[in-house]
Amino acid sequence: MARWLSKVGKVGAWLDARLQVWGMIRDTMAHPVPRDTASWFYVFGSATFVIMVLQFVTGILLALVYVPSAADAWQSLQVLNHQIAFGWFLRAVHGWGSNFMVALLLIHMAQVFLFGAFKYPRELTWMIGVGLLLLTLGMAFTGQIMRFDADAYWGLGIGASVSARVPFVGSWLVGLLLGGPIIAGQTLSRFFTFHVFVVPGLLIGAALVHVLLVVKVGINDWPMPGRLVNRKTYLARYKRLLHEDGVQFVPDAFQRDLVFSALIILAVLVCAAVFGPFGPSGRPDPRMIDIAPKPDVFFLWLYAALALLPAELETALILIVPVVAIAVLLLLPFISGTGEKSWKRRPFAVLVVVLLASGFIALTWLGLQPPWSPSMTAWSGTPLPPRLLKERTPLELQGALVFQNKQCRNCHALGGTGGDRGPPLDNVAVHLTRDQLIRQVLQGSGEMPAYGDHLHPAEVAALVSYLETLHPPYQPAARVSAASSGSSP
Amino acid sequence: MSQDESSTGLPVLQNTPVRAAPGPENPVEPTPPVPRRNFLLRVGIGLSALAGAVASVPIVGYLLSPLRNAGKRDWVRVGALSEFPIGETRLTTFANPSYEAWDGPTAMVPCYVRRMANDRFQVFAVNCAHLGCPVRWFPESGLFMCPCHGGVYYDDGSRASGPPPRGLFEYHWQIRRDELWVRGGALPTLATPA
Repeated sequence: MARWLSKVGKVGAWLDARLQVWGMIRDTMAHPVPRDTASWFYVFGSATFVIMVLQFVTGILLALVYVPSAADAWQSLQVLNHQIAFGWFLRAVHGWGSNFMVALLLIHMAQVFLFGAFKYPRELTWMIGVGLLLLTLGMAFTGQIMRFDADAYWGLGIGASVSARVPFVGSWLVGLLLGGPIIAGQTLSRFFTFHVFVVPGLLIGAALVHVLLVVKVGINDWPMPGRLVNRKTYLARYKRLLHEDGVQFVPDAFQRDLVFSALIILAVLVCAAVFGPFGPSGRPDPRMIDIAPKPDVFFLWLYAALALLPAELETALILIVPVVAIAVLLLLPFISGTGEKSWKRRPFAVLVVVLLASGFIALTWLGLQPPWSPSMTAWSGTPLPPRLLKERTPLELQGALVFQNKQCRNCHALGGTGGDRGPPLDNVAVHLTRDQLIRQVLQGSGEMPAYGDHLHPAEVAALVSYLETLHPPYQPAARVSAASSGSSP
Repeated sequence: MSQDESSTGLPVLQNTPVRAAPGPENPVEPTPPVPRRNFLLRVGIGLSALAGAVASVPIVGYLLSPLRNAGKRDWVRVGALSEFPIGETRLTTFANPSYEAWDGPTAMVPCYVRRMANDRFQVFAVNCAHLGCPVRWFPESGLFMCPCHGGVYYDDGSRASGPPPRGLFEYHWQIRRDELWVRGGALPTLATPA
């Protein structure tokens, strides 16, 4: 054993005589960090890095089989899922790893923001971190295209439609995004290049510089309320802190990073094993249009926001908000580079994080069950509860048929089922009189199309008779008041 | 080269300066009169800049090549007139005029053909004018509905409700020898309406 060890030592010495890196590694491992930072709050960045490495490994493994061709990519994913040993599992690990990486990165970012880590002298570390956020989101978006299915195809259409809204150069941007005039073979090839060469290259470079800066500038000291950052005194005080109350990075701080990263990797593996890989959904065949394309979970908030923005402001908001948001993130260390670090004395910072997080969660939740989309099959596939059909006249029953046949149910729920685009109509007769119902059906209003051209007068009569029965037994249908009926001709 | 044993057992190299520090044994060389010493450096920088500039021409040209055919449209056959009954709107497809062998099904382009009279047509792109999702046709109510953000259009393609900023995109069409042809070639968007 001892002889074996000494042989390893000799090989190591031979290598290091040439590479000369051991001293640097040893210094990095032993470099002092403030004792408070050996904390469970400081583990998210390293875990993000570890997941990134996991993504590189699984990504390379998947590339051994994946075919980046519009004609064959979908089929090669089927082969990965069903024929290659553990192919499904590696796809699942890569997919879940992606979700974990984005989630960890966002948590890490919120933590360093709340702990004031972006302030002097760590401005550049933060700015490169913002770049890492964008690159990681770029990986997530291009990765979704690699899963070249119907969602990927129409997702590209959404990307092109957003690009097209840029003034003056919109059509050029669409051409450059798609690599040609339509979504086709060249589109997948270029997204493959970005997902596999360009973005990972930038990502690994930026991540290494980011880590190097953490080592060189020093990890952010635990923020104490009232201990203000001052450009003149900070460095000396940090040095004194390291000297007086410092611990070695390895093992004091590193052990928590190690435990947490291992737990996260295990979590990814468990999710992959239990929930399996993501898709692919249907073939990327534009001829099959009976689909409701949806982005992956980390872009659902955007998908929801695009439905809820006021139409007239939409283009401006789509194009301006991201630019402003990125600029604010990048300039944050210069807007608020000194002063208080502790979140306990930065109520505005806490409010921003709470608002962004709750907005993100709320929009994602809405995106999962989009209430703004018509329910495409409600008219043909959703039954009416018997209580909404009992004791109706033949004319009223015919109206119920018109209601289904004309797709009213796609937007209006009855008995708790149907679309959510318009209001549910269970009690519509309480709110609208017969004349108002007729007017609403024929002319529409605001968000409702006018049905005047597509309903026979007899159908309108039947439909409105049925709608007039939709009120609770204890509440009568709305009637025209005596005064207004008297005054109207 | 000198080595010493670190606390972890592996030998560690001490940094050996590449060039000896100036001292009595290594007197500082007198600097030669400026230009000649840096002459090759300057030539090298100049040549590299030239090489970079020359190399960037094909690179930029290659990267921008998708723009060359961006505005190009071509007439393409959609189907015989008999496939489109008067008074109806039918979903159909045509092959994109430009395509590569590895496009697979993505070389096909879907569209809705509405025939109002013997020689009057409307050919709509399926892409919603809002963000490009495929709209679905409901003949019973005469509406196109978008599954993504709830855009709705009337049977003539005009906007009925929801977030779309305009009606459906329409392809130009022609009748050639009892066949319907459309002018296709690009993904319809607000910047490149068909």
